[in-house]
Amino acid sequence: MASITIRDVKKSYAKAQVVHGVNLDIASGEFVVILGPSGCGKSTLLRMIAGLEEISDGTIAIDGKVVNKLEPRERGCAMVFQNYALYPHMSVAQNIGYSLKVAGVAAAQRNQRIQAVARILELEHLLDRKPAALSGGQRQRVAMGRAMIREPKVFLFDEPLSNLDAKLRVQMRSEIRKLHRRLGATSVFVTHDQVEAMTLADRLVVMNGGRVEQVGTPAEIYGRPASRFVASFVGAPAMNILEGVVALDGISLLEGSRRLPMPRAGLPVGTKVAMGIRPEAVRMVDPGAAGAVEATVDFVEELGAGRVVYVDLDGASFSVVTSESAHPAPGSTIGLKFSPSDMHFFSSETGARLDFFVASLPEPVV
Amino acid sequence: MVERTPILNLFTHLILFLGFVFCIAPFAIVVIAASHSLKEVNDVPMSLLPGSDFWVNLQTAWTTADLGPKLFNSFVMAAGVAAGKVIVSALTAFSIVYFRYRGRTLIFWLIFVTLMLPLEVRIVPTYAVVANVLSPYQAILDVTGLSWLIEKISGVEVSLNLGLLNSYTGLIMPLVATATGTFLYRQFFLTVPDELTEAARMDGAGALRFFVDILLPLSRTNMAALGTIMFLWAWNQYLWPLLITTDASHATAVTELKQLIPNVGGMPEWHIAMAGTLIVMLPPLIAVVAMQRWFVRGLIATEK
Repeated sequence: MASITIRDVKKSYAKAQVVHGVNLDIASGEFVVILGPSGCGKSTLLRMIAGLEEISDGTIAIDGKVVNKLEPRERGCAMVFQNYALYPHMSVAQNIGYSLKVAGVAAAQRNQRIQAVARILELEHLLDRKPAALSGGQRQRVAMGRAMIREPKVFLFDEPLSNLDAKLRVQMRSEIRKLHRRLGATSVFVTHDQVEAMTLADRLVVMNGGRVEQVGTPAEIYGRPASRFVASFVGAPAMNILEGVVALDGISLLEGSRRLPMPRAGLPVGTKVAMGIRPEAVRMVDPGAAGAVEATVDFVEELGAGRVVYVDLDGASFSVVTSESAHPAPGSTIGLKFSPSDMHFFSSETGARLDFFVASLPEPVV
Repeated sequence: MVERTPILNLFTHLILFLGFVFCIAPFAIVVIAASHSLKEVNDVPMSLLPGSDFWVNLQTAWTTADLGPKLFNSFVMAAGVAAGKVIVSALTAFSIVYFRYRGRTLIFWLIFVTLMLPLEVRIVPTYAVVANVLSPYQAILDVTGLSWLIEKISGVEVSLNLGLLNSYTGLIMPLVATATGTFLYRQFFLTVPDELTEAARMDGAGALRFFVDILLPLSRTNMAALGTIMFLWAWNQYLWPLLITTDASHATAVTELKQLIPNVGGMPEWHIAMAGTLIVMLPPLIAVVAMQRWFVRGLIATEK
């Protein structure tokens, strides 16, 4: 168990800079998930913690000790790779025990520890097999066993579930969670899958373009996204965003036939803003209902438990998640209602969250 | 694509069979000729039915050409070249693929260039070096005037001399120093996923440990293939052993075969020559049969 302190860490390759000054504190025993689209620098950051990539600038400290110049083996980290990276010519037992063999642990003691790890991961009957004779999930478990056996201070996961099929992924997710509860080791998990991120994380780090966009619990990230990027990246289907301009009488959304007046919140007239609302927060009502906005249904996605209705709102595409039995036909007109407390505002220029006391907003009117 | 056409099947089998006959016919003739007596082998046309003197001819060939020690020499040379190649190529390829150091590209291209300069092309300078391994250093000392200086100061004449003619080292070394094996390994090492290297680093294995524990076991089939090819290649060398073995005690079986080939005006003992050929052909044949499974796997696929 160890804390990780990341200070102004930058990474540049010959021409491009891929990580721009990341600051992050990871508490001992915490499960932190780094989430971001591909190419956002999340894997690079993880590999810098592991010692597989050199740190161009800044420091990374594990348990208060700066590890910039240490070899991977001296950092006390273990890593689970995306493609498992099992040694194909070694049996499962040899794969798991290899780090101990390198460290010069005696064979008897080594076997004991391999057995113990195999018991936890339910791999006991597979110890003599070669990786080629294992299924994807079993390989994944061997990769975890290989990380576990060293009793590392820090576990690093580099998209370890992305090669598994959907069902296995859910299963392995809960196994990783259980394992973390049992071992209590500090874990850093990199993924581009937001469901994975939300379900696993104690704390979530959302990255974009080599920068940290937001750090927080999954509920915070979902409920109060700090930027337009986080808002649209976390949550499925993605948050609806409407562009607007601050006018004299409030914020004018949906330029053209309709305006949805909002209070101005002290922003200068003419400032461009974006209003976001989650598809789950939009209510579907009759077209004529009071305070409702009318929209045309484009198409409907059936989810079983509910459905996603994609509508056209004066040229802007908008989605609504509904669990009601209502089943609007494509082309029909429906009414949409949303409560001001569910709205998020972002600066169109910087993408940063604009906070004002949304609870005091009046109901939008047509 | 699987086609089910009996006529085409028949046709392809016919072609395969013809090819097989084409390949095997010379060997059949060698075996048959080796079983004839002196008179039978010189009949025109030679009878294609086996004669009865097979064992006698083999024995005669064995004693005439003194094949026992010569086969031993050949074996030492071929095994030495094969082993040397397998080890040296693995190490050079490891260095080229896994390390980033200054001059790496230059070294890579220098090795590459040796592909274009086979032993036969540079045989005279190679002979000169093997005749006195230290001659290049002597030349450097002479040209720079250092040997003159040393002679003036200490009164000792500088004359470096280390000859490798008529030695196994001399037979083996120049044949080891070529690039083919390095490239075979290089191509294989490039297919080994980076994550494996990183996993080994995370497990605490240093470069050499990774090489021995991970890379070498993974390249077993490559080693078998390279070893077999090099064994055959070295066994069949003629020009180089002929040049540097002036003493019959270090001659190889292939060069000694010449002793069995009838001279103009001598007895036309082709049956003995053929019997000798058969004996010399045998060890590479055994090597190929024994290694065939590995050999093919190493050349066509990578075990992953």
